[in-house]
Amino acid sequence: MRRSVANRLTPYMFLAPAAVIMAIALLYPLGYMIWGSFRDWNPSQTIGEAEFVGLKNYVTLWNDPNFHESLGVTLKFAFFVVSFEMVIGVGLALLLDRDIRGMSVLRTLFILPMMIAPVVVGLMWRYMYHPTVGTFNRFLEDIGLPSVDWLGQHALMSIIIADIWQWTPFIFILSLAALQSLPSSALEAARIDGATGWQQIVHIKLPLMMPVLIVTALLRLIDAFKVLEVILVMTQGGPGLSTEILALRISRTATEFRELGVAAAMSNYLLMLLLLLTVAMFAFNRLQEIRAARTRAAAEEGV
Amino acid sequence: MPKIRLENLIKRYGNVEVLHGIDLEMADNEFTVLVGPSGCGKSTTLRMIAGLEDVSEGEIYVDEKPISHLEPKDRDLAMVFQDYALYPHMNVAQNISFALRLAKRPKSEIESKVRDVAATVGLTEFLDRKPGALSGGQRQRVAMARALAKDSSMFLFDEPLSNLDAKLRGQMRAELALMSQRVQKNMIYVTHDQIEAMTLADRIVVMHGGYIQQQGTPKELFQRPVNKFVAGFLGMPPMNFLEGVIEERSNGVYVKGDGFDLRLEPEKAAGAKSHSSKEVTLGIRPSDLKYDPDVAAEDALQLDIMVSEYIGAQSVLLCQCGSAKVMVELNSDVPVSFGQSLTFAVNTNGVHLFDRQSEVAL
Repeated sequence: MRRSVANRLTPYMFLAPAAVIMAIALLYPLGYMIWGSFRDWNPSQTIGEAEFVGLKNYVTLWNDPNFHESLGVTLKFAFFVVSFEMVIGVGLALLLDRDIRGMSVLRTLFILPMMIAPVVVGLMWRYMYHPTVGTFNRFLEDIGLPSVDWLGQHALMSIIIADIWQWTPFIFILSLAALQSLPSSALEAARIDGATGWQQIVHIKLPLMMPVLIVTALLRLIDAFKVLEVILVMTQGGPGLSTEILALRISRTATEFRELGVAAAMSNYLLMLLLLLTVAMFAFNRLQEIRAARTRAAAEEGV
Repeated sequence: MPKIRLENLIKRYGNVEVLHGIDLEMADNEFTVLVGPSGCGKSTTLRMIAGLEDVSEGEIYVDEKPISHLEPKDRDLAMVFQDYALYPHMNVAQNISFALRLAKRPKSEIESKVRDVAATVGLTEFLDRKPGALSGGQRQRVAMARALAKDSSMFLFDEPLSNLDAKLRGQMRAELALMSQRVQKNMIYVTHDQIEAMTLADRIVVMHGGYIQQQGTPKELFQRPVNKFVAGFLGMPPMNFLEGVIEERSNGVYVKGDGFDLRLEPEKAAGAKSHSSKEVTLGIRPSDLKYDPDVAAEDALQLDIMVSEYIGAQSVLLCQCGSAKVMVELNSDVPVSFGQSLTFAVNTNGVHLFDRQSEVAL
């Protein structure tokens, strides 16, 4: 009797450490953040001393033009970054999905940017974008073109380029994996049916890759909303608020403006946005599963 | 419709040559079956005709025009694949009409074509289903319909029935035979199943090890196989092989081996006598062995029954003749018991002799 109870408890005992760590490292700070977001809270106070202000922080943010600006920058950043990365990543995958000598070396080279620490990426690009000694402007000068004010006038574009450089490989490897798992005979059938290379991509390859592509795009979107280090190193959000994405603004609100409550509220807005995307992703997956189950059922009926 | 000719077709993968110079001619509206064990090069040959594999050497002619440099889409052919190769994201109607839509045919024409073809293969009520919602047999029909809709002059089949269960395979085989009579086209069909080959083909091409072993009508190949491989590959249950030695005696020519001493009929005897080597392999199909207790010993095999497989009216007996195994068919009404020794009369016209070294028919 006792033994069977112990047996039943065994899996929970093994799960317990992970559960405890989850609770301490994730749920506790999350709860703390939500609790804190309802308070007017200065870093010098303990949370108990801070005054409870209800939804005031949320309302303030809702009406704060700087927050709007920052949210706008974040949305713009995420939109452009993901769009370009999808197009370039999928395009590269379509180009490189073939047997060429040395292809594995090429593929490894392509995914290198993804493996570099974000801070290093930020530093690297900051040097390359430097107005006078940077690689880009010196190159432009050498070929007799006017130099570009990369991190000033065109700061948002510049950080978008850097992010595309860093994260296109992610889309690339996932697209390549999707491509290589496509049924080869369907593509052969399409060739016999008269599809040109381009028509094969449009009519066969892309539609069949679509489930993977949608999940990939959502993953990248979620990531793009949270990006911090690269931008922090490159521009620190400037000039003005032109590259101040939400993650950066949250950290500045907490450290520079010393308004922990507002920062927490902002984090919660971001969290809600990300939750929405995550739910969208799960819903999409679930929809796929339901659809697959339904066609399977129909197939069994039709035998 | 067209005449297809393969001339010294060679395929290499790297340094490995898998097809060693295939020469083959296929007449108008002929149903040609390439048959052989897996790895014999039959699918590679088909895929080279389709343009899915490059030709390493040699040339493919269609109506005397070389086509091996053309893209698959420019070769005027349709193909049915082993795994059906349907487009999973398109419904049946879209699958069937894909080639027509790419060719930008008028919409009304496409619609009527899809309806006709779907009716031909019995898919009318499934037109808006996706392939995932169809059974194996239905998917096979969609693949067939898609090929039919193209109106090409050549039809290629790459083991189209091997993913179906046995019963469905028999049914589809019959439908295929019907279809090939109705649509007058040049069909090339690849299979490893000798029954499909025998039942469907106008011309069978038996391949082995990257070479054509023999080609001809099913009857020719069945009755006069040129070597031991072809003899053993066609026919079910397979031909029995016994090792023996040719012996000339005063009253005729005999082939003698472990457990048998058979007299050859005059024509075979002449061939055997003139052959240089006396060491031969004797081949007899189960259908050429008939149970007959009263036949003379020199026209019979004495067989000890080991296993009896009851399959209905007929039973297949696995027997021992000396140290060799022999399969025979026997009416199930004849009472047999294990270890019993029975006498089977040999149909002397059904005796095949092969050189033991080269395995070529005498």
